[in-house]
Amino acid sequence: MKDFEYSAAATIDEAVSLLARWGDRAKVLTGGTDLIVQLREGQREADMVIDVKKIPQLMESSYSREKGWRLGAAVPCHRIYEHAEVADAYPGLADAARIIGGWQIQSRASIGGNLCNASPAADSIPILIAYHATCRIAGPNGERTVPVAQFCVGPGRNQLARGEILVSLDFPPSLPRSSGAYLRFIPRNEMDIAVVGVGSWVQLNARGDAIEAARIGLGAVAPTPLVAEQASLWLCGKPANDDTFAQAGELARLVARPISDKRGPAEYRTHLVGVLTKRTLAIATKRARET
Amino acid sequence: MPRKLHLSTTINGLPTEFLCEARQSLLEVLRDVLHLTGSKEGCNNGNCGACTVLLGGEPVLSCLVLAAEAEAAEITTIEGVACEARLHPIQQCFLQDAALQCGVCTPGFILSAKALLDRNPNPTEHEIRFQLANNLCRCTGYDKIVRAVQHAAKQAMASPEPGCIAGGSAK
Repeated sequence: MKDFEYSAAATIDEAVSLLARWGDRAKVLTGGTDLIVQLREGQREADMVIDVKKIPQLMESSYSREKGWRLGAAVPCHRIYEHAEVADAYPGLADAARIIGGWQIQSRASIGGNLCNASPAADSIPILIAYHATCRIAGPNGERTVPVAQFCVGPGRNQLARGEILVSLDFPPSLPRSSGAYLRFIPRNEMDIAVVGVGSWVQLNARGDAIEAARIGLGAVAPTPLVAEQASLWLCGKPANDDTFAQAGELARLVARPISDKRGPAEYRTHLVGVLTKRTLAIATKRARET
Repeated sequence: MPRKLHLSTTINGLPTEFLCEARQSLLEVLRDVLHLTGSKEGCNNGNCGACTVLLGGEPVLSCLVLAAEAEAAEITTIEGVACEARLHPIQQCFLQDAALQCGVCTPGFILSAKALLDRNPNPTEHEIRFQLANNLCRCTGYDKIVRAVQHAAKQAMASPEPGCIAGGSAK
């Protein structure tokens, strides 16, 4: 690996000024499970690696029933599913955190890093979209927020401008009778990149038999993760049953514009969008009834 | 010469300081600087798990950690798993149950298994296979490894061993 400078920034300001000074020659290090491989294999280059795990705001995970959840951008995956209240309130993100790599990867890899890498197949992004998560970004001109659904702009490319850093992902409070679920399809049991990933969130009516609101995020079927807007809106007011979920799956298929590659042909990916939408809606509904 | 960083860590219970370059992985430093060659380099890209060590008690791939990130960290390598001359029950069970052939994956498997049993003393077979999924073995076909971990769990439940106070030796 080519040598670089290493700096463990202690504050957001320090990280921002390093990023502003070094520009593209700086890379932000959270878990390192992608970055270190890419640097070693020459897919990316850095003259400065900024370790942000010493910045308290990037390592905080603070949850309250009233305010929702603030997840620091560098918090490793295992802290999500090991945090009982968070895993209860946002089980769909715990679904994703449990299957990003193996255990050793989950000890290091962060949801913030998964998002910033902006892979179309990233496991966390469809469910972040479904949960209406927002990116809190710090930069030379202060803070701004961007919905996760707008954060990725192309494969490997995100909204961050020079000097900007993702500080946290903010989740609205988990509403009564609501829940989410994430599923991906891979050709083996574990440890693979999604052929398609779908994250769904639903809120049920007081009787628990109809959907009041829903949101579906899709991964690996376009250059960036997508919102299945039409399917999400169509679900409002529909009975919460398998027919509804299957029809929502049909609608979600319409926005998929996948490529064919070594992981699967486009037609197959489109088919999977229907199947996984149906299944994630069913799981999210079951969980919502249990809350 | 690239500038060297000075790191202070605790490795296998012993305060350990070293110099490293920013680009060096924890695995490289463990093996080439500190001569703790028990951690193995398999793929060097996070797939095989042969370089697994415990960092603050969490299993990590030392090929995907920069040594520079280890400031003030507590690290356990395979050299710190046995108590002096007495093998850890997981190590004993790997031997008794022939859970290794070439042995390159073994240190990583033992540390992952230790991390698992430290958290969950009585895991199901499914839990063992799921938690050890980031450790690859190209010889055994995994069944003997899973049985050795089950066996170690059973033994530890029957007669809990007193913990090793000082960790093993770092050199």
